Amino acid sequence: MAEIKERSIDPASQKLLKRAKEQDIMTAWDRHDAMQPQCGFGRLGICCRNCSMGPCRIDPFAEEEQTGVCGASADTIVARNFIRMIAGGAAAHSDHGRDITHALMLTAQGEADAYGVKDEVKLKALADEYGIKINERGKEEVARELAEKIFAEFGRQHGELRMPLRAPEKRVKLWKESGVMPRGIDREIVETMHRTHIGVDNDYKNILMHGFRTALSDGWGGSMVATDLSDVLFKTPEPILARSNLGTLSPDEVNVVVHGHEPTLSDIVVDAVRDPEIVKLAKKNGAKGINLVGMCCTATEILMRHGIPVAGNFLQQELAILTGAVDLMMVDVQCIMPALSSVATAFHTKLVTTSPKNKAPGVTHVEFKEEEAYDIAKKIIKMAVENFPNRNGHDIQIPEENEDLVAGFAAENVYNFLGGTYRATYRPLNDAIIQGRIRGLAGVVGCNNPKIKHNFGHVEMSKELIKNDVLVVVTGCTAIADAEAGLLQPEAAFEYAGKGLQEICETVGIPPVLHVGSCVDNSRILMALTNVVLEGGLGEDISDLPAAGAAPEWMSEKAVSIASYFLASGLFTVLGVPFPILGSKNVTNFLCHDIENILGGKFAFEADPIKAAHLMIDHINKKRQALKLRPMMYQ
Amino acid sequence: MKGIIVVDIERCLGCRSCEIACAVEHSVSKDLFEAIEEAPLPQYRVTVEAAGKLSAPLQCRHCEDAPCVKVCPTHALEKVGPGQSVTIKEELCIGCKWCILVCPFGVIGMDRAGKVIIKCDLCLERTEAGKLPACVEACPTGALNFQELREVTKKRRKEFLVDFKPQKPLVKEE
Repeated sequence: MAEIKERSIDPASQKLLKRAKEQDIMTAWDRHDAMQPQCGFGRLGICCRNCSMGPCRIDPFAEEEQTGVCGASADTIVARNFIRMIAGGAAAHSDHGRDITHALMLTAQGEADAYGVKDEVKLKALADEYGIKINERGKEEVARELAEKIFAEFGRQHGELRMPLRAPEKRVKLWKESGVMPRGIDREIVETMHRTHIGVDNDYKNILMHGFRTALSDGWGGSMVATDLSDVLFKTPEPILARSNLGTLSPDEVNVVVHGHEPTLSDIVVDAVRDPEIVKLAKKNGAKGINLVGMCCTATEILMRHGIPVAGNFLQQELAILTGAVDLMMVDVQCIMPALSSVATAFHTKLVTTSPKNKAPGVTHVEFKEEEAYDIAKKIIKMAVENFPNRNGHDIQIPEENEDLVAGFAAENVYNFLGGTYRATYRPLNDAIIQGRIRGLAGVVGCNNPKIKHNFGHVEMSKELIKNDVLVVVTGCTAIADAEAGLLQPEAAFEYAGKGLQEICETVGIPPVLHVGSCVDNSRILMALTNVVLEGGLGEDISDLPAAGAAPEWMSEKAVSIASYFLASGLFTVLGVPFPILGSKNVTNFLCHDIENILGGKFAFEADPIKAAHLMIDHINKKRQALKLRPMMYQ
Repeated sequence: MKGIIVVDIERCLGCRSCEIACAVEHSVSKDLFEAIEEAPLPQYRVTVEAAGKLSAPLQCRHCEDAPCVKVCPTHALEKVGPGQSVTIKEELCIGCKWCILVCPFGVIGMDRAGKVIIKCDLCLERTEAGKLPACVEACPTGALNFQELREVTKKRRKEFLVDFKPQKPLVKEE
């Protein structure tokens, strides 16, 4: 049991880890143990497999500085590997954005009747931004032209992306001057692959700067497209009350878990589980009804728009199946562990893949097509209902833990809550910072990683920040971790927040930690910070703000891209696990020090979430001082 | 924990993880990320050498009648005891390199400063605490093993018997 407590801080997860041990079922933690010790060359980023003269690896303890066969130094190899990680992350986010654009296009053309333009205000704002005439045209026609223009951003060959121009003027100027203004979403990813090919770029600074341009094409490109067009199709989220953790699974209803990232299918599933025909069938099969819950970011998409409960974050996907209560888990793309299929074989759980980009051997595949979205959703839910009787004889162990949370804050609505409907501006937030009630802002985001005790990094960092009057915004797995720890409730302010932040939360009725969405919705953090700059009084650029970012339990390439666009947007960003760059002193020094003089942000690595929070607080204090803000009201 | 390092040459992929683990084990911090920043840089005592299409990690065999111990003029090198390691008392080493010259395996080297010799100490600290030598623990394919000699010979005998196919049955079949 002691070992299990070292694996997760969440009691629900601990219970299921105990079950895994008893039944001898391997989880990510066991596989991580089995992988120890992990390759030193890989951890330092000094292995190159980019051509067949290699593989080459640089000996970090060599007498004389080594190079690869082609002559690539540790600096070149580390920089190349690092920006390939950025490209991997940017590709995942941006391809997600492309899928949403595709869905919008089909909707506008009347070819996907499960969808509609649900947020006309946002559609019009985007149309305006892209110079689309609205006049007397119907929303479908406007949406079609918008989808066309957005599609063109992916393959743009001339000029620059449109969305980065939303950033503060000073930031845009800086990007242009330092050569990192993104030109086309796909183009930057392709160019990363080109530059890192054998015999191309070997100036580590030049390589890394292109990495930032690629990351910006994600944060202010692909991810921002995903967020904005999802809002147009499925509506912009508004604060909504819901429940979290594995206790949201039901003992007597058909449990359907949607897991993955995109909302195109999961949002339609929300309707399909209410289909009278399906509900009737569920009852006929002995279930009380159908219980839909989510996992990871696709959960977040339907959580913040429909209040669907979120059953867990990345490291809880196997644990959900271990309850024995999951009748069907449907997955789309990203962060789906290949191990799920073997865990599922120990139970009656049916695993269904839906994306042509993600199949698994021996796993049922029901291919998703936007044109037939509802029928496909219904077909999958029917499979879940039909699988319910197979629970017979299996031991169901659902932990009772389920915490309330408020989700659904967006850059567009946050001011409504801070200022009220009659003062719909960011002014109250800026004033609270200027007056010293709120010290600053922190974006805490990212994954789970068995290298850090599950949820410990997220929750402890968030608590330490709010204790010091830093208003925290969270996305992705952090948001789910903090929800499970009860930090996304307005009452959490009284228990955990410093006095100044507490006063704000009490007056406005918001939690001290704001859930702003999924991992593509980190773009909402960029927009919220931009709005704070534009509101005035806190400098002229994002890098002037008393603000910082962090990914305390990161593991994915997407997180590398997010951290990189946070940095390139001017944010000091702390990572709980070091990036695989330490094998080059020059690259490490550039990314953790010198880059601040160019882009205004930099990285730091700190595994201890309390120490990491204080690195952020120190940075915020430094920025407060530079802005000559008054001292904190209560200290 | 007692034993010798046994190399299964067919399992060695030449990844050199053993070298890294050895250097980290012989660093001040014993942490990879900190070790690469230390001055002087830590050194490994095991080296992976290519041998035709194969590769193999080589380190001190801790000979029972060790030539290096015999030639050491200052008694800096010492055989701790039968079946135990050959260790170096750095404060006694004068850097004469006799041991390097007589070692049949080429597994003794000079330290970075060129003052004293360095060699595998069979991870005494670790094995006394019941842990495997660092190189053995780090080997991802099981090419490096730490076993007692009698385990090694027993395994070899069993392998021999599996391969042993007499021309005629030794016992008449009924």
